[in-house]
Amino acid sequence: MLLSYNWLKDYVNVTVSPSELGDKITKSGIEVEIVENLNKGVSGVIVGHVKECVQHPNADKLRVCQVDIGAGELSQIVCGAPNVAAGQKVAVAAPGAVLPGNFKIKKAKLRGEESNGMICSLQELGVETKLVPKEYQSGIFVMPSDAVPGSDALEYLNLHDHVLELGLTPNRADCLNMIGIAYEVAAILQEDIKIPEVSYTVSEKSAADFVSVNIESKEDNPYYAAYVIENVTVAPSPLWMQNRLMAAGIRPINNVVDITNYVLLEYGQPLHAFDYDRFDSKEVLIRRAHEGETIKTLDEQTRTLKDTHLVITNGTVPVAVAGVMGGADSEVQDDTKTILLEAAYFDGKRVRAASKDLGLRSEASSRYEKGIDRNRVVQAAERAVALMSQYAGGTPAGGKAEAGEKTAPLYHVSVTLERINKLLGTAITTEETCKIFSRLGFEYEENGGTFTVTVPSRRPDITIDADLVEEVGRIYGYDRIPTTFLMSEARPGGLTPLQSGRRKIRAYMEGAGLYQAITYSLTTLEKSTGFSMNKEEVYPVSVAHPMSEERSTLRMTLIPQLLEVIQYNQNRNMTDVAVYETGSVYINKQESLTVLPEEKLFLSGAMTGVYQEHLWQGEKKKTDFYLVKGILEGLFEELGLESRITYEQETVDGMHPGRTAAVKLDGIVIGFVGQIHPAVQKERDLAETFVFELNATALLTAETEQMVYQSLPRYPSITRDIALLVDEKMPAGDLYTVIQESGGALLKEVTLFDLYQGDRMEEGKKSLAFSLKFFDPERTLTDEEVTKSYERVLKSLEERFGAELRK
Amino acid sequence: MKDRLEALKVEALEKISAAADLKELQNIKVAYLGKKGPITEVLKGMGKLSAEERPVVGAFANEVRDGIQQGLDAKSTQLEEAEISKRLAEETIDVSLPGRPAKKGSAHPLTSVVEEIEDLFLSMGFTIAEGPEVETDFYNFEALNLPKDHPARDMQDSFFITEEFLLRTQTSPVQARTMEKHEGQGPVKIISPGKVYRRDNDDATHSHQFMQIEGLVVDKNVRLSDLKGVLETFAKKMFGEERKIRLRPSFFPFTEPSVEMDISCFKCSGKGCSICKHTGWIEILGAGMVHPNVLEMAGFDSKEYTGFAFGMGPERIAMLKYGIDDIRHFYANDIRFLKQFRNV
Repeated sequence: MLLSYNWLKDYVNVTVSPSELGDKITKSGIEVEIVENLNKGVSGVIVGHVKECVQHPNADKLRVCQVDIGAGELSQIVCGAPNVAAGQKVAVAAPGAVLPGNFKIKKAKLRGEESNGMICSLQELGVETKLVPKEYQSGIFVMPSDAVPGSDALEYLNLHDHVLELGLTPNRADCLNMIGIAYEVAAILQEDIKIPEVSYTVSEKSAADFVSVNIESKEDNPYYAAYVIENVTVAPSPLWMQNRLMAAGIRPINNVVDITNYVLLEYGQPLHAFDYDRFDSKEVLIRRAHEGETIKTLDEQTRTLKDTHLVITNGTVPVAVAGVMGGADSEVQDDTKTILLEAAYFDGKRVRAASKDLGLRSEASSRYEKGIDRNRVVQAAERAVALMSQYAGGTPAGGKAEAGEKTAPLYHVSVTLERINKLLGTAITTEETCKIFSRLGFEYEENGGTFTVTVPSRRPDITIDADLVEEVGRIYGYDRIPTTFLMSEARPGGLTPLQSGRRKIRAYMEGAGLYQAITYSLTTLEKSTGFSMNKEEVYPVSVAHPMSEERSTLRMTLIPQLLEVIQYNQNRNMTDVAVYETGSVYINKQESLTVLPEEKLFLSGAMTGVYQEHLWQGEKKKTDFYLVKGILEGLFEELGLESRITYEQETVDGMHPGRTAAVKLDGIVIGFVGQIHPAVQKERDLAETFVFELNATALLTAETEQMVYQSLPRYPSITRDIALLVDEKMPAGDLYTVIQESGGALLKEVTLFDLYQGDRMEEGKKSLAFSLKFFDPERTLTDEEVTKSYERVLKSLEERFGAELRK
Repeated sequence: MKDRLEALKVEALEKISAAADLKELQNIKVAYLGKKGPITEVLKGMGKLSAEERPVVGAFANEVRDGIQQGLDAKSTQLEEAEISKRLAEETIDVSLPGRPAKKGSAHPLTSVVEEIEDLFLSMGFTIAEGPEVETDFYNFEALNLPKDHPARDMQDSFFITEEFLLRTQTSPVQARTMEKHEGQGPVKIISPGKVYRRDNDDATHSHQFMQIEGLVVDKNVRLSDLKGVLETFAKKMFGEERKIRLRPSFFPFTEPSVEMDISCFKCSGKGCSICKHTGWIEILGAGMVHPNVLEMAGFDSKEYTGFAFGMGPERIAMLKYGIDDIRHFYANDIRFLKQFRNV
């Protein structure tokens, strides 16, 4: 809502400057976003009277004007506007004047003719083109004939005004009009409010002679009134009214339309003027639209309606979409003589349905949606009738044709002083509270600390005691409320194991050299899936109305977006990237979504390029499978799970079949690690990239045993190395497991320390060398014991895998 | 004999003094003091001496041995020191060359901001509550006093999946769920950080996905003045001790009264600059006293219990704190961007 400071003064005595007013309004509850000076830095623009206007001798498009600027002698001014003519009163920027953008006007010669300044259009004075009346959009603005040459033109155009832009929250629809704001400002400044007095003279005819009103559903349309004004002359509205409309962001059109808009801004009551002669009937019937019924609206569009829309009809066909837009066929035109003026109270839900479906939002529809003051419908209509009789030469018929209830019942809300102070933490007195309610213009009764307030119909947002507490608090001033500390009992805060586990993962990943990424949960349908080991049937979850295909479907894997991160960085010459993300994936196992999808926390990473660069020493550690696996192994150790994790060769969509391992926790798959499939790599224009994806929820909720201290070994350990010759396809992990299983209680550590495959090897074989560490915490081991254990290991390996001892 | 010994001593000490390295010194030691050395040789002739002469010569011989040994030791120390100095000189490296970097990544700046806020509230006895990102219309709206057709639903155009399910537009449903779990028994003291989604086109100041942190306290005797106390502590911790706060009345469907909190501008301290749009104040968060309808819907008696709630955007806080000009940076994950927050 744009609030004209000068206009506001009609209703309330404003004792402070525009910027102070803005501060005060903001502090008491309505955010003033901008306070704008309408003059935009313009000075020295005065009224001129064009006495003579002739064609420029050397330029087709220029005219040479002799203008009376109240200086005694005429000023010669060259003007390029097509509509300049002798006899006009115009705005002249004389030499020395300043226009918006600090544009200084000087004497000049235009094609050989002297020009003492410039005749201005409204745009040149800083008015937005969309607000300028159509007839002046491509030329100068013509002022009323009573303007006095030499006087301040901005005064006539009300450009010395300030406009306050209010950011209204939906509960304060009462401030979507001047009178509502006046109540607010009166409460803030402790001033009285003045409502315009309305009176007009009516003809002998009665509105009921022209038209009758019928409402099909009182729920959709609780009240409808029709007024009739005859003998109107459609013409421009008075300049003061045009100025105020422009300040409020509405373009002047003609007196009839301007008056309906003016009253809309003044009272918040949407009005619609029909051309009675084009209305084509003597009945106004308000009903639901028939499904598929059409109407040509004011903007010349044919609209198809639904049965959730409310329409005004002439008994047969729709002539307006209630609260949204009028029809083209009954529009007021230049030759209109008789006006049928609608003032109604429509249900916000109906208006919202039509406005949403038709994609039409207007000043009127948004007010209906947010709720208007039913008790003001008639007041506003009569204000409009009075203005039409005064400024459009109309003769109102007596009374109105109406249907429904014109007043809404008033209701009461009570609050106690104790409740106010308990909720705010204040010590406000009864007297102060009474004073605040009076300032707000609320009628109330006070009885033993209980206030019973009759809620004014303009404030339907007040329904419960807490609403009154807020009214008291905000007028009292939130800056006067003390600062206190919670009185509740002290309880320890703290992280849940899952939350601290997540932080542990983050700290570990950071230490391992990975950057944390946060990517979008919504992706394309295609990228939402893939890289999945999920063998169950899953169904992607897509939003009903995505903003774009790119952000349409919830992800089931984090990897495609981490690959995008790598790509993004690669495109910017950063070829060495190591990122990870912990984020939710959304798993839906139903064909149609009837329960919420399962949200699992995934920990995924993607790495490419050089992991560690040794700069001047020239050593580089490139990212490879074992590096990434090593990082995961460290993580599992960090989480105390290393002994329960196993790896197995696995096929995963989009992954290199020979370089991908499933990661299992207690034998159950919880993720994978591996290299991106070369085809995917090529398709996405990536370098060799390694990824992992783990179910972090599973990792962090795995039961772990309380760590128990092991006393330090007092006896020496014995180490034996074992070099084995095995089939080259034999996974080292299998050997490793068998060694551990068969080694017995004394075998405490097994480490692979060499792998050899090559020329000196028998075809199809490889050599693996393990180091076996034995010890007993209670005593020194004997050589025989160790040898026995060692031989058991060797025998098992020979039996299980045909491994040979390499000599 | 004594002369002979004396001569040997002089000769040995000369050689010692001339020795160039430890090896030569060792050779000298063997040559003079060894079993086959000249001193031993001389002493073999002791038998021929008289009983009176024998102890005198013996003592003298020991003196000579000790003298040579001392000479050897002194020279040895000297040579060792020289050797160490020489080695140290040889081993000198260019310490100005860069070190071998230890690998280090970093947390995302939003995580850092969220954790900082979490830690502050944890220290005040709050716990962290979490909930699903795909929510029901009930928890996201209705339980928060936003019935269907409520005009305020327009304030947050939502990503609906079905009529009933949507991507949560706020973390407030976690509040509703948490309160419900308490079955009408206070106190509730939580913060709920998480991702939320709104139907916005991504640009420098809008993102269809962003983070939110909300807080909720429900108990007997919770007052707006307590909210002011908690928020002031928060503002000072996050933005500096000198910060002042200002509460402005506002509107949220789930609180009544509702407020917005501004902090005094940390750039200009209230004088007015481009960051605070020349007002001296920066809007940081929305808050208020929990609406009685919300309490009642979650099973709390609104006559007995009151509460406050607040909500803020970590992106906005990070943007203000670090001067980041475009919200999209948080989701592009440009390594050059992430790297800058390594010490945050």
